[in-house]
Amino acid sequence: MSRSALRILIIDENRIRAAVIEEGLREAGHGEVATIHDMTGIARPIAEIEPDVIVIDLENPNRDMLESMFQLTRAVKRPIAMFVDRTDSASTEAAIEAGVSAYVVDGLRKERIKPILDMAISRFNAFSRMARELEEARSELENRKLIDRAKGLLMKSRGLSEQEAYALLRRTAMNQNRKIAEIAQSLITAADLLGPGGDT
Amino acid sequence: MSAEVSVVPVGFLPLLDSALLVAAREVGFAAEEGIELVLVRENSWASIRDRLAVGHFAAAHMLAPMPIAFNLGLAPLAVRTIAPMALGLGGNAVTVSKSLWAEMSEEGARPDLDPASAGTALRKVLDRRNDETKLRFAVVHPHSSHNYELRYWLTACGIDPDREVELVVIPPPLMRDALAAGRIDGYCVGEPWNSSAAILGIGHIVTTKSRIWQSSPEKVLGVSEAWAMANPDTLDRLLRALYRAAKWCGDAANHAELAALLARAEYVNCPSEWLMPALTGQIQQGDGSIIAVADFFVPHDKGATFPWQSHALWFYSQMVRWGQVGASPKHELIARDSYRPDLYRRGLRSLGVALPGANAKVEGALTTAMPVGAAGASLVLGPDGFFDGKVFDPDHIVDYLAS
Repeated sequence: MSRSALRILIIDENRIRAAVIEEGLREAGHGEVATIHDMTGIARPIAEIEPDVIVIDLENPNRDMLESMFQLTRAVKRPIAMFVDRTDSASTEAAIEAGVSAYVVDGLRKERIKPILDMAISRFNAFSRMARELEEARSELENRKLIDRAKGLLMKSRGLSEQEAYALLRRTAMNQNRKIAEIAQSLITAADLLGPGGDT
Repeated sequence: MSAEVSVVPVGFLPLLDSALLVAAREVGFAAEEGIELVLVRENSWASIRDRLAVGHFAAAHMLAPMPIAFNLGLAPLAVRTIAPMALGLGGNAVTVSKSLWAEMSEEGARPDLDPASAGTALRKVLDRRNDETKLRFAVVHPHSSHNYELRYWLTACGIDPDREVELVVIPPPLMRDALAAGRIDGYCVGEPWNSSAAILGIGHIVTTKSRIWQSSPEKVLGVSEAWAMANPDTLDRLLRALYRAAKWCGDAANHAELAALLARAEYVNCPSEWLMPALTGQIQQGDGSIIAVADFFVPHDKGATFPWQSHALWFYSQMVRWGQVGASPKHELIARDSYRPDLYRRGLRSLGVALPGANAKVEGALTTAMPVGAAGASLVLGPDGFFDGKVFDPDHIVDYLAS
């Protein structure tokens, strides 16, 4: 007996990423999507959910456990295999590049699985991009704070204007072939070491 | 030597026996051979396999049975993979929870790492427990020497590993937590995940791989066959770099430096104290006592990096024994030829070092250290016995499996 709607299980310790993928799959019309964050005792939920497709992040250290479970027919009711299509190596490579891996119940047609994998790949990529941008924004903000503090130190100790202080930092950075934020950090460290009287 | 620098991406897992790769990069042996060795840490053997398959890696730190399993078609996505070099001998141990050790002690297990005494005691514990829940042991992968050794040890002590205990797979860094949480009762894993449990007072080391099967294989350099064929010169240089790294790792004078290197965040990422027991052979069992196990982990001596085809065939025999693959002459050949002593010799010939003349040996035949015929210089092998006294003759696998 075949069911019409595919049951999809997402395993990801990263809750935000799992939510991003789940949302994508639901938007694409997949109603039966479950998510598990913790791999402890995973055999029971898999037996209960009976997923047709399992999507898991490639970096998950428990993939060896998951694969060994699939090899034991006792552990899961239906045989599950890794989604591998040798005729479509580009798709396999895209999945691995994106950091996602999928397992499907034996016998499911490729046309039914491919859109799910493609969706997971694009959502994984989108999440990585988002995480990267967030990280960049965070370090940008950190750098700005450092430079502001360093400017303050220079203005106070050498009686410079804000513009002159910044120009000095920039010139020093160029001369030493380093980033302005690094020069600012060195200056702050030095001021801290030289004790009270710094701007803190 | 080529003036051009070859970039060689190699995957590894955070384990002590990634030592040869780490030393080859950090101590400069790879650079001396014109290789920029890019080491990429992975979280699972599945990821190592996948990224080798799509060409992200040229080679990887691999469980010694993995290339054989790949070539026999037992793993999804795997590409043809060869092992032109082993990454040392030994390095594993069996650790059990404190409470199981207490039960085993009551049944006569001695705190001396003797597998026979520990196994006999475990048998008695099982007899006494009778209808309680099954004891659960973890290994790192179905195609691992851990799995085969643990099964070998249990079976030789009269315990059926499929019926009388439960075997599960858990990644190495999570073993200790699983033991502490009571989800498992014991495990067989590589270092530092035995010593760390002993040092932290979570587990007790009951025996070691070197006591179950002395001088036995553990990890290999798994190389994509396609990459090896396309880059023979780079492969030769990589093997030379790793050989020199192995020699450096085996020198006791370098152990502290090696432990400090491996301890770094980008490698094993653990206190260097956890790595010293395996390197020095001073094994802390978990009750405060320290036992000297001279060949706990052998990176270089005893031909430790030679890819013996008899090792490959022993793994094949265990795959057959435990129903992972059917026995056939074709499978036997595929298993044997996954290990490539010919490429090892080709790569190292110019070093003028001791190279075994044979591709295979009878495992368990050497009860003492034995000088053997070798090209270039003298080589001493063994002792290499199985703890139950059995001998594995790679020419008579059918008889071995029947025994």
